[in-house]
Amino acid sequence: MSDTSNDTRDPLLTMRNLRIEGRADDTWGEIVHGIDLDLYRGEVLGLIGESGAGKSTVGLAAMGFTRDGCRISGGEIRFDGIDLTEASEATKRHLRGARIAYVAQSAAASFNPAHRLMDQYCETPVQHGVMGRTEAENDAVDLYRRMQLPDPEQIGFRYPHQVSGGQLQRAMTAMAMACRPDLIIFDEPTTALDVTTQIEVLAAIRNIVEQFDTAAIYITHDLAVVAQMADRIKVLLRGDEVEEADTRSMLAQPREDYTKSLWAVRSYARAEQPPVAEGTVPVVSIKSITAGYGTVDVLKDVSFDIHQRRTVAVVGESGSGKSTAARVITGLLPPREGEIRFDGEVLPPDYRRRSRDQLRQAQMIYQMADTALNPKLRIRELIGRPAQMYLGLQGRKLTDRIRDLLSLIELEPDEYIDRLPSELSGGQKQRIGIARALAAEPKFIICDEVTSALDQLVAEGILKLLDKLQGEFDLAYMFITHDLATVKAIADDVVVMKEGRVVEQGLKADMFRPPHDPYTELLLSSVPEMDPDWLTNVLSDRT
Amino acid sequence: MGPLIVLLWAVAVIAACLVAGWLFRTVAIVATPHTIKRELRTAPLTASFGMLVIVIYIFVAIFAPLIAPFPEREIVGPEYMPWDHIHLLGTDNLGRDMLSRLIFGARNTVGIAFVTTALAFLIGAILGLLAATVGGWLDQILSRVVDVLMAIPALIFSLLLLTIFGTSIPTLILVIAVIDSTRVFRLARSVALNIVVMDYIEAAKLRGEGLWRLITREILPNALAPLVAEFGLRFCFVFLAISALSFLGLGLQPPMADWGSMVKENATLISFGDITPLLPAGAIALLTVSVNFVVDWQLHRASGLKE
Repeated sequence: MSDTSNDTRDPLLTMRNLRIEGRADDTWGEIVHGIDLDLYRGEVLGLIGESGAGKSTVGLAAMGFTRDGCRISGGEIRFDGIDLTEASEATKRHLRGARIAYVAQSAAASFNPAHRLMDQYCETPVQHGVMGRTEAENDAVDLYRRMQLPDPEQIGFRYPHQVSGGQLQRAMTAMAMACRPDLIIFDEPTTALDVTTQIEVLAAIRNIVEQFDTAAIYITHDLAVVAQMADRIKVLLRGDEVEEADTRSMLAQPREDYTKSLWAVRSYARAEQPPVAEGTVPVVSIKSITAGYGTVDVLKDVSFDIHQRRTVAVVGESGSGKSTAARVITGLLPPREGEIRFDGEVLPPDYRRRSRDQLRQAQMIYQMADTALNPKLRIRELIGRPAQMYLGLQGRKLTDRIRDLLSLIELEPDEYIDRLPSELSGGQKQRIGIARALAAEPKFIICDEVTSALDQLVAEGILKLLDKLQGEFDLAYMFITHDLATVKAIADDVVVMKEGRVVEQGLKADMFRPPHDPYTELLLSSVPEMDPDWLTNVLSDRT
Repeated sequence: MGPLIVLLWAVAVIAACLVAGWLFRTVAIVATPHTIKRELRTAPLTASFGMLVIVIYIFVAIFAPLIAPFPEREIVGPEYMPWDHIHLLGTDNLGRDMLSRLIFGARNTVGIAFVTTALAFLIGAILGLLAATVGGWLDQILSRVVDVLMAIPALIFSLLLLTIFGTSIPTLILVIAVIDSTRVFRLARSVALNIVVMDYIEAAKLRGEGLWRLITREILPNALAPLVAEFGLRFCFVFLAISALSFLGLGLQPPMADWGSMVKENATLISFGDITPLLPAGAIALLTVSVNFVVDWQLHRASGLKE
């Protein structure tokens, strides 16, 4: 346990033996099994764990709140002397917003799109009678300035869709600060943001929490982020506490095996491949592609090659055109200029005019397995359909092929073949997405942010699987990502994109060695590192 | 009767309905295979009662000639006989047995309403899914045609068409089906528009799937829940539309028994304080309410709402 000077005071928030149950199919099952937690004023506690660990559930319980279909079944939650498990709804309502605030993962989904930022900011303080409307507005401008939002006087009069994702997340944090709460719960506030935006939001959050001496619970699955933000870290696994320690000692000497495995993930890297021999025909080659929607060019003069058995990582922040490049290659978006070659042959720009074999050769794995698999079809049909369509397999042969594919992606065929996607975990769904691509026996696979919706341990499993399959089937990968840790782990070549142009491209080893293009430099330096002083150092370097 | 007794009666009737629903559900759970059993367990008592009523109506409609004590169109006694032990619900304005006509009416009205609704769904759902999947010009043309059709009040439009084409049963079915398919089209299209943007549809297109397979295997299964719920509601509307048209004299033609026209034919009895003409109306109301109970339950399940 941490030995900070805070221990002499009473904790602001305590949880003792907290148990929460969730309902599934009319039976209650325990999802949080007796968590103890202490949080002192002005302290930031990091809650980490993979999805399903119960970190959001515990975070919400700090407000005495449970999601629909969940209930607190035992234990005690005490906030500043008030027992939240016993407190009336009116008491809790009075606490929420005024003394305990919550910042959600997706600010875009949490703001009401029909009201201006300012109106939404003022709602809480006016409702709780903390201050009047004019006072609240002046206060908002002050907080917007402290959150380093551009044009703090005017930004409040915009609607949520008129500001960027990172700005919205900062506006939301400002809103949570409106009543100067004693406790703020941050639930993955930067997960949906690009690295370059994330760093600004992290700095702003840390700054404001320090300025007002607010206590905070910071929920995330990103270890490097929590290292920057938290004074203490608590690791959760399937509703149980694994260990808790102050940040520095946790990072230096994790005690439990599970924690060590979390720490080890970041060190995965694939063996270096020899450079491509001169004169080899690339599997996919795009040349001087210009493409876009309407009159706007999203891609401007983009060219790169992808060779057999190699992984090309396409990196850039959102809006840089990396997904558009994938749409051009698959033929969903015919380019205005330029050509796409496959094995040296020019491909028709529109997928509808490509032959079935051309379609078969290039497959795609999507970011969100949830939306990429038809929820009403069973695994048998999801994987079997491409094999049936392209290779003409039927009956027994088809079943055998499906079983082989399931074994390849390391899922037990008997158990999974007749399941629906909803009966799988996130990582398993992504594996089915991989199997569907493999079923077509392609030469080339586009992986569009395939690991960004997954926990680190699960993501690592997916990366290793992709790596293994590449060796087995001589696949060429185009790996779209904004996460440079993934690039380090899996890429052979890197293409850095910004605003529709290729800023820099080359071998991975060259890419991570200076000198860099200024934009690559910014990207590289924005990737959080496990060092707790990283954020402080980067910020002081940049000013 | 004092108001208290009326209240007690109402409570007793509702309780009886719920008990009947509970009994029906218990029996149904025992009698059905495993997969349906699980779904039935989630049915509230109202939905169970609704299903019971629907089952009874279907049974009566199918076995009408066996159940009815008298033939549908035969004059079996003097006009407007009161209820007695031979003619349990008396006779109508021509002296035909009321109970028998009520039973045959179930067959005619419910049967035709079902066929009409099914046809409306066939037309509306296929065109709606097609419009959403293909998009572009086809979507524009279909949607604008539907807009024009919907701009004309349904009842007046069907009266107009029936006057032009005559009042045979096939015309009646076609006219109402086409008018109602516009509503189905709108729903199917808007549901499908949310589905066609999903990645799995993109994946299917890139795989080179044909239009028919795209619609039937990828889109339709995901659009089914709202469409089924709409089927129940639409069935009620069609049913009411046929009854209304019959009441106005343009629906099912005499001497066919039909609940709508039965109300009209015997309406004079109401002035004498006899409730017999209200029975067909009651039969319509009971089925409509029952179907809606079941639809509510299905909608609730499909939308994933919890209590």
